[in-house]
Amino acid sequence: MATLVLEDLRKSWGATHILHGIDLALASGEMLVIVGASGCGKSTLLRLVAGHDTPTGGRILLDGKDVANLDPAARDIAMVFQNYALYPHMTIFDNMAYGLKIRGLSREEIRRRVDEAAGMLGLEPMLSRKPRQLSGGQRQRVAMGRAIVREPKLFLFDEPLSNLDAKLRVQMRAEIKRLQRRMRVTSLYVTHDQVEAMTLGDRLLVLHQGRPVQLATPLEVFATPATEYVAGFIGAPAMNFLPGALSHGGTAATLTNGLVLPFADGSREGEDGRALSIGIRPEHLALDPDGLRLTIDLVEPLGSETVLIGRLDGGELLSVKVQGAAPSHESVGVAIPPVAIHVFDATTGLRLGPREN
Amino acid sequence: MNNQRDWVAHTILTLGVLLFLFPLWLVFAASTQNSGAISRGDLSLLPDLHGLGIYADVLTTTREGGSPVWRMLLVSAAMALGIAFGKIIISVLSAYAVTFFRFPCRMLCFWVIFVTLMLPVEVRIIPTYAVMADFGLINTYAGLTVPLIASATATLLFRQTFLAIPDEMMEAARMDGAGPLRFLRDILLPVSAANIAALFVILFVLGWNQYLWPLLVATDPKLDTIVIGIVKMIGVDTATEWNRVMATALLALLPPVAVVLLMQRWFVKGLTEGEK
Repeated sequence: MATLVLEDLRKSWGATHILHGIDLALASGEMLVIVGASGCGKSTLLRLVAGHDTPTGGRILLDGKDVANLDPAARDIAMVFQNYALYPHMTIFDNMAYGLKIRGLSREEIRRRVDEAAGMLGLEPMLSRKPRQLSGGQRQRVAMGRAIVREPKLFLFDEPLSNLDAKLRVQMRAEIKRLQRRMRVTSLYVTHDQVEAMTLGDRLLVLHQGRPVQLATPLEVFATPATEYVAGFIGAPAMNFLPGALSHGGTAATLTNGLVLPFADGSREGEDGRALSIGIRPEHLALDPDGLRLTIDLVEPLGSETVLIGRLDGGELLSVKVQGAAPSHESVGVAIPPVAIHVFDATTGLRLGPREN
Repeated sequence: MNNQRDWVAHTILTLGVLLFLFPLWLVFAASTQNSGAISRGDLSLLPDLHGLGIYADVLTTTREGGSPVWRMLLVSAAMALGIAFGKIIISVLSAYAVTFFRFPCRMLCFWVIFVTLMLPVEVRIIPTYAVMADFGLINTYAGLTVPLIASATATLLFRQTFLAIPDEMMEAARMDGAGPLRFLRDILLPVSAANIAALFVILFVLGWNQYLWPLLVATDPKLDTIVIGIVKMIGVDTATEWNRVMATALLALLPPVAVVLLMQRWFVKGLTEGEK
């Protein structure tokens, strides 16, 4: 158990800046999920912490000690890789024991730790097998076992579930969460999968083009996304955005199609006419015969729910998530409940919260 | 349908085997017969079983100006093993360096190694001889093997093998605390064992069949390899004892065949198995 603090961590390759200064503090035992689209720098961040790359600037403090220039082996960090990176010629036992052998632990201690980890992960029957005789999920467990036996200060997970099929992914997700809760090891978890991000993290860090965009609990990120990017990234299907402008002295937004949405949580800063982007999640839209007319292009039945994708009369794309089966008409009426809207500045993309007073 | 295809395949395979075996059979049949009969051209396809004693004879008797065949076989074996092991050690280490380490002029080093592929032994044989002579290595085992040890081909093959190993495996080993040599010994060599075995077979046969270089660098009959020995037996001004030549040729074939057969399982694995 340890704390991890990143101070203005930066990385560039020549003139290309990958990370533009990351500040982050993890409490002991916390699990922080770093989420972002591919190329946002999340893997680079993890590699810097692990010690596989050297930062261009900034500090990495593990338990208050700067480890930025230490060898990976000296940092007391364990990592779980996306492709597992097991040693193919070693048995499962040896795979887990290898790091302990190098560290010179006694045979009894190694045996004890490996057995304990194997028990926790349900790997006892396969300790003498080779990785290639194991299924993807089992290999992933071995990779976690290899990290656990080290009893490190910090766990790093680099998209560990991406190579698994959907069912196993859900199962392993729950398992990782249970394990991390139980062991209370400070963890950094990188993923592009928003469901993993929402379910696993104590807190979420959303990265976009090498910059941190929002750092908050998953529910905060979902309920009050800091930017239009975050709002569109978290949540499935993605949030709808409709262009509009501030009106009625800052107390409402008027969409380009003339619909007036009064703000439920207070007025916004700025002149009337300020360009806004109004976000609304597909599941918050309601079917209402008197609402806006949506011409349906595509119906995606998900079983208990259905996603309707269509266009408003003004041509704006809109998706709606409704309970049950799809309506059989070619167009439906959609109502936008004002309480559910998110207001963003159209030029900066930043969230525009209610005026404080 | 399937049976018929099997039948066709087996016929073709059998024909192929016969095609390859016939010359060997001819050599074997000839080795047991009278040398004069071979020169005259009236060679029987059936071996004369009374002539089998020739094998014991060539193995042990010393001919004028040469060494017995058992000694030549040993010299050849020493040279072939020296070349094969030397090449593997050198090329594993150099491939390891150019693949896993970042150092100045890394790509230059790689290209220099690569370019030597384009220089056949024959082109550099005179300067190599001069260097060996300056070092006083003429007529030594070192002289026989060292110049042939550097191998661009093997280095390139190992580089390809190593490139196929995911970076994450090295990173995982580093986090487990393995230093560079430990990673080489514990992970890289075992993982590429099949490739090493396959290359060993190829390099052993290559070393065994060397002719031009041993001819130049070893003039001492004590260092005659089996290949040189066979050529020396084919006299220019004396009558050639063809049955002895044939018997020696067959004996010369046995060690490479043995190596291929013993390593066959690994050899095939190394050539066909992709990295998991």
